[in-house]
Amino acid sequence: MSGVTMDRTPVAGSGAPQPSYSLRQPRLPRWTPAALAAAAVAAGTGIGLGAGLSSHMQWGLIAALLYVAAMYVLATRVEGRRQAKDRLATSLVWVCFVLAVVPLVSLVWETISRGVKVLDVDFLTHSMGGVLTIRPGGGVYHAIIGTLEQVGIATAIAAPLGLLTAIYLVEYGRGRLAKAVTFFVDVMTGIPSIVAGLFILSFWIIMLDNGYSGFAGSMALAILMVPVVVRSTEEMLKLVPNELREASLALGVPKWRTILKVVLPTAIGGIATGVMLAVARIAGETAPIVLLVFGSQVINNNPFDGAQSSLPYYIYEQWAAGNEASYDRAWAAALVLIAFVMILNLVARGIARWKAPQSSR
Amino acid sequence: MAKRIDVSGLSAFYGAHKAIDDISMTVEPRSVTAFIGPSGCGKSTFLRTLNRMHEVTPGGRVEGKVLLDDENLYGPGVDPVSVRRTVGMVFQRPNPFPTMSIYENVAAGLRLNGTRVRKSELDAVVEKSLQGANLWKEVKDRLDKPGAGLSGGQQQRLCIARAIAVEPQVLLMDEPCSALDPISTLAIEDLIGELKERFTIVIVTHNMQQAARVSDRTAFFNLAGVGQPGRLVEIDETARIFSNPSVQATEDYISGRFG
Repeated sequence: MSGVTMDRTPVAGSGAPQPSYSLRQPRLPRWTPAALAAAAVAAGTGIGLGAGLSSHMQWGLIAALLYVAAMYVLATRVEGRRQAKDRLATSLVWVCFVLAVVPLVSLVWETISRGVKVLDVDFLTHSMGGVLTIRPGGGVYHAIIGTLEQVGIATAIAAPLGLLTAIYLVEYGRGRLAKAVTFFVDVMTGIPSIVAGLFILSFWIIMLDNGYSGFAGSMALAILMVPVVVRSTEEMLKLVPNELREASLALGVPKWRTILKVVLPTAIGGIATGVMLAVARIAGETAPIVLLVFGSQVINNNPFDGAQSSLPYYIYEQWAAGNEASYDRAWAAALVLIAFVMILNLVARGIARWKAPQSSR
Repeated sequence: MAKRIDVSGLSAFYGAHKAIDDISMTVEPRSVTAFIGPSGCGKSTFLRTLNRMHEVTPGGRVEGKVLLDDENLYGPGVDPVSVRRTVGMVFQRPNPFPTMSIYENVAAGLRLNGTRVRKSELDAVVEKSLQGANLWKEVKDRLDKPGAGLSGGQQQRLCIARAIAVEPQVLLMDEPCSALDPISTLAIEDLIGELKERFTIVIVTHNMQQAARVSDRTAFFNLAGVGQPGRLVEIDETARIFSNPSVQATEDYISGRFG
């Protein structure tokens, strides 16, 4: 059409706008992706039912493939190739997002729906002392105490250690020692939790002849926690602009006070978040607990003497008991553990927001 | 209050790289000395050697002498921290502490040093410094608001107030107006004119008109060649530098024929 127009009226601007120079292009309506997604899900369900596929996962994958393909074809037809590529990338990102969220949602849903069955105040305030595993009743109190104490002590060891290491690496570390420290922190990040447990077992319990205790577990957890704290704190300290350090130094403030009063307060939100996430990470560790804390049915408030329990260990133990009542308790404990980690995350976010440098008015 | 600076045979290095070579000059007290020259010629590096901030940079090293009223800043036993309390600095980009309020920013020099000051005295210092920086009227009703919430020009004057709150002898300014608009620049230039009654001021600038407007003496720096260290070409009365410099290179630079 444009060619014809060009031939008849060579003077630009008098004929119909030429498509290749026009800024306006045909666009799919805004509701197209949503409608297409609904259609794809319907088609996937139809194909799944028709072919007699038993797995809902397969239905979903068929729907996802149909959606991506249909979107691409439709966009190519209506909007042109460049837009179609854009649509293709967008729909792939959405499909990946859904694929990533599905297991998460189903995990949370499964835990909540099965966990609330026996979760009540009694469950939270009683131990398993004197309760037969095949009978309903009993609770998770001793495991909560264990987890809080073990994780608390591990944090008390690992957070200062990790924080100071990170400060050394960012503010002072030059040359070989800093490189060596960075290298070993990287190596420590990769230590499997069972290895950390075995190390403390051979060193603390076998060699030094101490008994099983929550503290032994804490030490193994601290080993796992230190590299996480170092890494996250290091990143946060690196984000503090160098200008702030120089401004402080130029006022005649010694370096250590600069770090304490300017660098750390500026980064404290991020550092707190990092520590909280590290805590959340070790709260779910089972292997070192099995090796070092031994597990217990009764309340033991003293982390330095005698066997304790902990939430992950409790879940493992109740599931291993293998009967209806213990399964219920395992799910409820899993829910408690997830809630614990979730609360820590929320607290971390709260601290980060509260402590974030106020930039705008 | 203000002290004279005598520099002799000063060279500065970044690791093995020599950034400035054998500089000698005198900076008069209670006056404004401007450093001009092309980018990368070592003006800022030289400025930073005057309060031992150069050695904060990894690999930073200095040779030579800087006398502050007959006391060598690089002499044995001299604490860089006390040097920096005597020689204050204002940076190119306004850098108020983001975690602190306007009040705390000005009080930072005293507070961070751990000096025990009574609240009333601190209030007086903050008010005097903010007035000294021509910022008091604009911020007196919101001293507890974050310092980072001010405009760029106000932030820079806040940084100047912060620097003069510790009562230094010398104030170094590293292109203090390069990130500011003309009106804020004018405010800072007026301020420099007032501050020179009390302090020895050294200012690095890329703005030739600014050097001509605010300074009493001007030093021209240049590179000997690509990859060579920067050096001092000449230092003289500002009026002379801009009308009748004794070196041809200075005239070429000022009239825009190179660099």
